[in-house]
Amino acid sequence: MSTTITHIGAHGGHHDHAHHDDGSKTTLGFWIYLMSDCLIFSVLFATFSVLSANTAGGPSGRELFELPFVLGETMLLLISSFTFGGAMLSMHAGRKSAVQIWLALTFLFGAGFIGMEVYEFAKLIHEGAGPSRSAFLSAYFGLVGTHGLHVTAGLVWLLTMLHQIHKFGLDNVVQRRLSCLSLFWHFLDLVWICVFTFVYLRGVL
Amino acid sequence: MSSATHSSHGHAHAASHGTWKGYTVGFILSLVLTLASFGAVMTGKLPHSAILPTIAVLAVVQLIVQLFYFLHLGTAPGQRANLAIFLFTGLIIAIVVGGSLWVLHNMNENMMHPMPMSMPSTTGD
Amino acid sequence: MLSQILGKLSLDAVPMHEPIIMGTLAVVVLGGLALVGAVTYAGKWGYLWKEWFTSVDHKRIGVMYIILALIMLLRGFADAIMMRMQQAIANNDGAGYLPPHHYDQIFTAHGVIMIFFVAMPLIVGLMNIVVPLQIGARDVAYPFLNSLSFWLAVAGAILVMMSMFVGDFAATGWLAYPPLSGIGYSPTVGVDYYIWSLQISGLGTTLTGINFIVTILRMRTPGMKLMQMPVFTWTALVANILIVAAFPVLTATLALLTADRYLDMHFFTNELGGNAMMYVNLIWVWGHPEVYILILPCFGAFSEIIATYSGKPLFGYKSMVYATCCIGVMSFLVWLHHFFTMGSGANVNAFFGIMTMIISVPTGVKLFNWLFTMYHGRVRFTAPVLWTIGFMITFTIGGMTGVLLAVPAADFVLHNSLFLIAHFHNVIIGGVVFGCLAAIHFWFPKAFGFKLNEFWGKVSFWCWLVGFYLAFMPLYVLGFKGMTRRMNHYANPDWHPYLVVAAIGAAVIGLGIAALLVQFAVSIRQRKQNLDLSGDPWDGRTLEWATSSPPPFYNFAILPKVEELDQHWEDKERRVAYKRPARYEDIHMPRNTGAGVYISVAGLVLCFALVWHIWWLAGLGLIGMVGCFIARTYDRDVDYWVPAAEVARIENERYAALKEAA
Repeated sequence: MSTTITHIGAHGGHHDHAHHDDGSKTTLGFWIYLMSDCLIFSVLFATFSVLSANTAGGPSGRELFELPFVLGETMLLLISSFTFGGAMLSMHAGRKSAVQIWLALTFLFGAGFIGMEVYEFAKLIHEGAGPSRSAFLSAYFGLVGTHGLHVTAGLVWLLTMLHQIHKFGLDNVVQRRLSCLSLFWHFLDLVWICVFTFVYLRGVL
Repeated sequence: MSSATHSSHGHAHAASHGTWKGYTVGFILSLVLTLASFGAVMTGKLPHSAILPTIAVLAVVQLIVQLFYFLHLGTAPGQRANLAIFLFTGLIIAIVVGGSLWVLHNMNENMMHPMPMSMPSTTGD
Repeated sequence: MLSQILGKLSLDAVPMHEPIIMGTLAVVVLGGLALVGAVTYAGKWGYLWKEWFTSVDHKRIGVMYIILALIMLLRGFADAIMMRMQQAIANNDGAGYLPPHHYDQIFTAHGVIMIFFVAMPLIVGLMNIVVPLQIGARDVAYPFLNSLSFWLAVAGAILVMMSMFVGDFAATGWLAYPPLSGIGYSPTVGVDYYIWSLQISGLGTTLTGINFIVTILRMRTPGMKLMQMPVFTWTALVANILIVAAFPVLTATLALLTADRYLDMHFFTNELGGNAMMYVNLIWVWGHPEVYILILPCFGAFSEIIATYSGKPLFGYKSMVYATCCIGVMSFLVWLHHFFTMGSGANVNAFFGIMTMIISVPTGVKLFNWLFTMYHGRVRFTAPVLWTIGFMITFTIGGMTGVLLAVPAADFVLHNSLFLIAHFHNVIIGGVVFGCLAAIHFWFPKAFGFKLNEFWGKVSFWCWLVGFYLAFMPLYVLGFKGMTRRMNHYANPDWHPYLVVAAIGAAVIGLGIAALLVQFAVSIRQRKQNLDLSGDPWDGRTLEWATSSPPPFYNFAILPKVEELDQHWEDKERRVAYKRPARYEDIHMPRNTGAGVYISVAGLVLCFALVWHIWWLAGLGLIGMVGCFIARTYDRDVDYWVPAAEVARIENERYAALKEAA
């Protein structure tokens, strides 16, 4: 996963420089992984689209979705994307405590997003509009829930990185991983754009 | 270790790292686009048939905004491979999603009964 | 109370009244104990753990993949023999010896094992051994993830094997269509075993795809441009791109099926609005690229083999590359041909039918290129060349029947008949199996330092070839005669003689497999007489043949300088190969680690617990997996430097051996 390069003076061969891991190999691989994750989401979107009319006599999006609430969730996630940007800029400036603060803010806004989503899901289930009610609701919970699981995984990763910054400082390995987490976090906001547009906004039309 | 290397940040580096200005512009644009989308639906000011195309376009624009300002995707040398990979993925997604929708739409059309919308559950669960 | 602790698991799960299963269990347990005993007696556990299980060396991991595949081949083939025997006997509506529910699990397991635990590991194993060497790299991009991928595959294989003895397996066919695979019609744990073994090994496969794409794009030796890569590496690159593009679809689709089964959701159920057709659609969006993932590296292997043994460069390198890329892209545009009959109508069927016919064109280009490579060459008819010629004929026939099936109207008659079964076995055996066996024979000396026995290799080939035609040509006829697939018994006496011939064919293939095992045994016993001292036993063309056999763990002491295609061949022609460098450098290498094993063991626990609804154990497994992974990220001692003096010592031994070989 990661290879610390501890430079020894004897190591000066020309050829090996071609394979120095300056982090770009890791982020390239992570980017490719993100593309595969895009594909998972696209399957979920396609399934949602195919099943969106199959409400089986149960409630539809128009009856269930509360757009102001969704707007709130969207704002939290968008702000968290900005705060992560702050973390990355601080990282490149080498400012460790600034990174920690920005990451902590990102965690708070991300956790807020998840909190709102859990509340929303609980409410729907309580109202009898849970994932077992109809194919439409299965698809809704499947898609939005998978996004929420990804955000939750991101929160766990954030906490881990906060601890690793504390323990190792902003060394090469930590910076590489923060770059990957940054890609991951922004990617989740991209998916959310598609969710709020094609699930929520479209759903009430 | 080598966090000190970044004192030599050139413009090329910034292409893959971003700037405060970049993140701020990206944030504000995203905010505006988001509010526009929600507004298009919630205020009812647009003719109904225009709402879906509008929010779809707004979504695509916001995707591009965030890809550029937050993910730094672009034609800068360090980012070209990422862009190519992203476009290839987009192609596959278009084929898989578009193809699936086309296929399923035709399948559903050819089913002998209307797809259950108001059909009650027949298995008693 | 017990069900709180053990979920659905109880002693009833062991099928004690099924003699065939109990007999197999006895053999497996006794054989396993014997193996464990032998290793303990020889005191080799330390060696196995340090040198193999914890290895992050692509060469070792590749060998382990192939061993896994060959073991699972025996299980998958046993399933095949059982099916052929049943169908040869169950004439006149006779019951045969396998009750339907057992028979259904056998044909399901046969397909699942052959595709996921034989073909995929063979392909991944070969790519592991060969690709880094061919591109002049020291390892893959992510050696730890490579090890993890392998052990995740092992976990998946263990789950499938366990299902035979504890519980049951899916009885749905290898793609487990709902509603049959839903909880309503498959209430037992069988489909759950299926789901989780595929999910855990699929995760490993996806990681492999990412690993090899980055390896090939970023770790080629300086100077090697894309259009100077060996053809096998090109096919590996496209296959790995297909893996990353297709496997997520399998992951997502199986996850939706899981949601239906575990969480009472309705993606694919009949009631409450589910749409089972969406599953069929999605599973084949994955399924078609999957078969190209399997065949493309085999095409690459054949290209290397035929060029080497013809003593000529591969004809039409550029068109081979373009054909491979075309096949890759087009493999995503044909999937509906697997369900023409599901009812999407004439327009949709016409589009996909035409696309399916078009995709055969680049394969035809490849075939002509192989023929032109042989033409005017001095062809040595070694075992790999026999496999190649056998492939060219057999795969072509299979491809032609594929184009026939691509015509929707014809497919309406032949869909799910034995004609279909004959077709896909034709291309998979003729293409993937022949290709992998040829490749194993070709690259075996590189991996182990001695050659495989030619005689037994040829015996194996002829048995496989004759056996294949005996086993599957009758199935084409039976398809036309109206026999459908997966039949437990039948009443039409016309079919019987064909099924008897097919059973004989299966037995001949069995002889081919036996000959393969004999080949390994004899070769190991005679290894000292067949040493590959030069590292280039076949007068090869590509970079892997410039290393010793086996290569040192770091592959190349000095990264080779590449300026053209087939650089090693050109170097030999110009007499500049094997030049001794003036000095050596320290080499940076990754450390071995047990993390891949630990994470996969936790994964196995997680999946087993999920199968049996033992929720607390599943929680522990998940925490174990995630915890081990996070713990690994805290490990800062993951690599080391090999001192130049040590490199020099190893290289000097190599040059001494080269002198001896000359």
